[in-house]
Order: sequence, then structure tokens, then C-alpha cells
Amino acid sequence: MQKIGILIETKEGEIKKTNLGVITAARGDGRELYAFLMDGINDDQKDVLQSYGVHKIVEVISEDAPIDYNPVSWSQAVSQAMVHFGINTLLGLAGIQGQNLLPRIAAGLNAPLVMDCSAIDLAAHTAQKSQFSGRTIATLKTKGNFHLYGIRPNAIEALPAFCRADVVSFQAEIKKAGLTVKELKQGDASGVDLTEADVILAGGRGLENSENFSLLFECAQMVGAAVGASRVAVDEGWVPYAMQVGQTGKTVSPKVYIACGISGSVQHFAGMKTAAMIIAINKDPEAAIMKRCDYFVAADLFEIIPALSARLKATAN
Amino acid sequence: MRVYVCVKHVPDTAARITILEDNRIDERVTFIMNPYDENAVEEAARIKRDVGDTEVIAVTLGTQAAEATLRSALAMGADRGIFIKSDDHPDSMVTAAALKAAIELDGKPDIIFTGKESIDSEGFQTMYRLAANFGIPAASNVVTLSLEPDTVIVEYELEAGAREVVELALPCVIGTGKNLNKPNYPTLPAIMKARKKEIKQIDLEDLNFEKPAGRVEILELKPAAEKRQPKELTGTPDEVAVQIVRILQEEARVLHD
Repeated sequence: MQKIGILIETKEGEIKKTNLGVITAARGDGRELYAFLMDGINDDQKDVLQSYGVHKIVEVISEDAPIDYNPVSWSQAVSQAMVHFGINTLLGLAGIQGQNLLPRIAAGLNAPLVMDCSAIDLAAHTAQKSQFSGRTIATLKTKGNFHLYGIRPNAIEALPAFCRADVVSFQAEIKKAGLTVKELKQGDASGVDLTEADVILAGGRGLENSENFSLLFECAQMVGAAVGASRVAVDEGWVPYAMQVGQTGKTVSPKVYIACGISGSVQHFAGMKTAAMIIAINKDPEAAIMKRCDYFVAADLFEIIPALSARLKATAN
Repeated sequence: MRVYVCVKHVPDTAARITILEDNRIDERVTFIMNPYDENAVEEAARIKRDVGDTEVIAVTLGTQAAEATLRSALAMGADRGIFIKSDDHPDSMVTAAALKAAIELDGKPDIIFTGKESIDSEGFQTMYRLAANFGIPAASNVVTLSLEPDTVIVEYELEAGAREVVELALPCVIGTGKNLNKPNYPTLPAIMKARKKEIKQIDLEDLNFEKPAGRVEILELKPAAEKRQPKELTGTPDEVAVQIVRILQEEARVLHD
């Protein structure tokens, strides 16, 4: 029996849906799946985890309560739980939170870790990931007593498979961290999180100014999409850095990426090329993105986007 | 203070990547200092300017060519360099162990800076491993930093523009994000001066460290395939909008009731 641990991420008490692809990737014959929940569990979460085939739900606590959030304490607790249950493989999401936890866990266990995997084979201990700004795909093999993989959010399709799960508690012993969490500052970027979004509308140089981004926000609202931006739009100060997609911004894998007035540099593609579908709207038919997308519209985005918003609104009603 | 900055020599993002023997790239292309490491060097130089009485030591692990990146760090404000020479590109576990051994041989760090990630292997982990090897705290993707008497207070980015503020006891390891500062590119006199700065060279094999318990091997490297076949959508704006809605509904299945 191969025991696989999955570090579950929650947001406002709900399991982020990107976890479900990670659980799907973990399943396999002769495997027992342990989901680690760091900030308590409720029945809804249990239902979700059962629907995707988790066998054991581990509530990681200290004394009798969830461990106060601290990336060092949480990482210590997860590695202790892995050792306690005899789990040698850990999967998690390679988003912002995973980037702050998985490498800490790997470093604590002195174990190999591959971040941002687009595919994994847990029997062979191999993972695929892009390198060199998305220009190559590497197949990497981890060797050692433990194997850790951070999965790119949305890279692996979630498929349900019901399994009754037991809830168990694990009490961790938290040592001094050397790091104190002082404050959480809420962001100004409203709405849907880029790395979680199914649909992203992104704007680039073609948006021309900050005000015009409201066109994208309006349209995004109709489909529950997140709004992203190219480096140009961020460097010009039109939108905050938190919205930047690309080499020096966020890496995203939505189902649909609608690029508006974005030329499509290598650096931009590094952040969004694994989108399942790319739709490009650009008045320059020669823009690089028009040759690297699924659908392109060679027209003025200031005509197309309002028309799209209107059509989406009509469809919703 | 004694500040170490770990920098990496990486292929330019604009370089054409050619794969050799299915497991490595042709390195006869332009290399640069990893862009996030520029923020690391700049922050160390800023501390030197603000605090005074600070020595900044740049450290790199790489093949002979990596000396160029070490010289860039010296031109950007580091006082001297440590060059761990290697014939190949070890994984992050060996790299972190070697960096720790080389820094420890040299002196006692107060802060160690790295970039938040390297744009070649995109591993996101060496800073945490380095910190674990030293038994000191780490934070990465740091976008503000203020130095206190025995600690540093930093902010790093979370989702949707949120930020977490944390305090780390010194010594510590900091992975610098893009928005921490604006790197000052070196002037010609600074470049000339950097040529005379001291670089201590150590062969990777001569460093004394315990072999890590695990490793990551490259089984295969392939060019990322371009599978998309672009189709044009034409018509009036409204006709195009109708087609996009249909694609979102029927093909991508992202429109829900």
C-alpha cells in the first residue's frame, strides 16, 4: 500500500476547487490517500474530499485546536504527520500558498521536490514541468526516502470517484519558528483569484490606460472570470502587479484565456501557455499571439469586448 | 553586517533554446544574471548604503562561464565574490548544501539573499533549503524589507494582491521578489572597478558537505510543443461575440447557469 499525502488548500473555509485535480492525480490502484487539513474541517469539506476518493482526512492540530497559521509551524506539522502515518509522497498545489509551504516541508525532510508539475507518475516517481520560461518540458525523476510534487493549479483535470473517508486527528509538536506572522494585508485586486480562475480576461498595451480595464472587469463579471494583465500594462501603472501574468508575474492554467490587446511575448507565454484554450483579440493580425492561439479576432478590442459583454448578459438572462 | 547574495547564471529569456542529447540545453547562447537575483544584489547594496559598515559578498555556483554573473554582481555593488566551480548543474539540494558550506567557510552571515526563483530550472526552493541547512528562518517572494535591531520585517505577496507581514530573527534567508526594488544597472567605472575585486574560487568537489538524502534527475528535456492551430473568427463585432459565447458554452464549457 502506497500512502500519498495531499496538502489541501482552503479559502474562507471552503476547499479550493483546484485541489480536486491534485487528488485525481494522486489516485491509483493500491494507494491510500491522506488529505491534510490545517485549519479545521467541516461536513462540506468532508463531502468534497470523499467525492474525489480521499481515504483518510487528517485534521492537523496542536493541543486540541488547529495550529495558528504560520508557514513554518504548518510545514513542521505536515512533515511530522507524514512520518507518523508512514507517508512518503506529498502532493500539493504549486500556487502562492504552496510555494510558501511545499519547499519548507521538502527542506525540513531534506527531500526532493518538483514544483509546478503539469503531469506526474507516482509509480515511477517522475514529473513533467516546464523550464526555461516555458520553452522546454522536462521529465524529472525524484530519488530519496520522500517525494514531493507541487502541481500547477488546473493542470490536471478533476474527475470524481467516491470513497468513504475516515476523519483522524494528528497532534503535531510545534517548535519555535524564528518567523512570526504579524499581519495579513488584504489586497486591492477584487474578485476572482487569477490562479484559481476557469476563465481569464487579460489586457495589454492595447488597453491604452487604466480606465479602459473597466471594460474587461465588466465583461469578466458576466462569466465569473478573473482579470489579468501583461507586463506592459503593469509597468505603465494601469493595473497592480498582482494582476500580472507571465515570466515575472503569475503562472496560470485556466480553461480559457482571452488575451485582449496583448502581443504575446515569450515572457507572457511563459505564464499562460498551458491554458486549455487561448482566444486572442488584437487589431494587429501580425501579433505573435495570433499564431499561438486557438481562436483569433483581428479587430478592435474596444468594439469586440462591449459586444461580448452584451451578448454574455443576454445569454445569462 | 555581513550580507551574502546568491546569484545564478542563466540563459537570457530571449535566447533560442536548443536541446542536446535529450537532457540538456546548448549553452552557446547569451547568459545573464537571473533577473530576480538582480533584486537580491540591489537590496544588499541598499543595506550597505543605509546601514554602513557592511560587507556584501556575492556567491555563485556554476560552470566557468558563471564568473561573468559574479562580476556583474560586483559591478552592482558587491564587495567581493565566491565562485563555486562545477562541471555540471547540480540540483537544488546539492546547490543549497554547497552554498552553505562555502558561506560557512567564509564567515558568519547576518542575511543571505537569493532571488525568489531562477528562470531556468524554476525550482522555487533553494532559499528554503539553504535556510534549513543553516537552521535559520526564511521568507521568499519578499516585496518590502525593513531592517530592525535583531530582526527583519518583510512583506511577501499572497493571492489577489494580499500581503503577509512577517518578522524573521537574524540571521535569515530572504528570497527577493521583483517589486522589492529597482536594480541600479552598473556604470562603466563600476564595471571597471569590479574587474579588480577579489573572487575566491572553490571547486565543488573540494567543499566538504554531507551528500543530500535525495535528488532530482533530469530524465528528458523536450521542446515545448506548439499544438495550437489558430482559427480566425470574423464578422461584425456582434457576430464575433456570438461565436465567442458559443465557444465558451459548447467547446470550453465554462458558462454555467
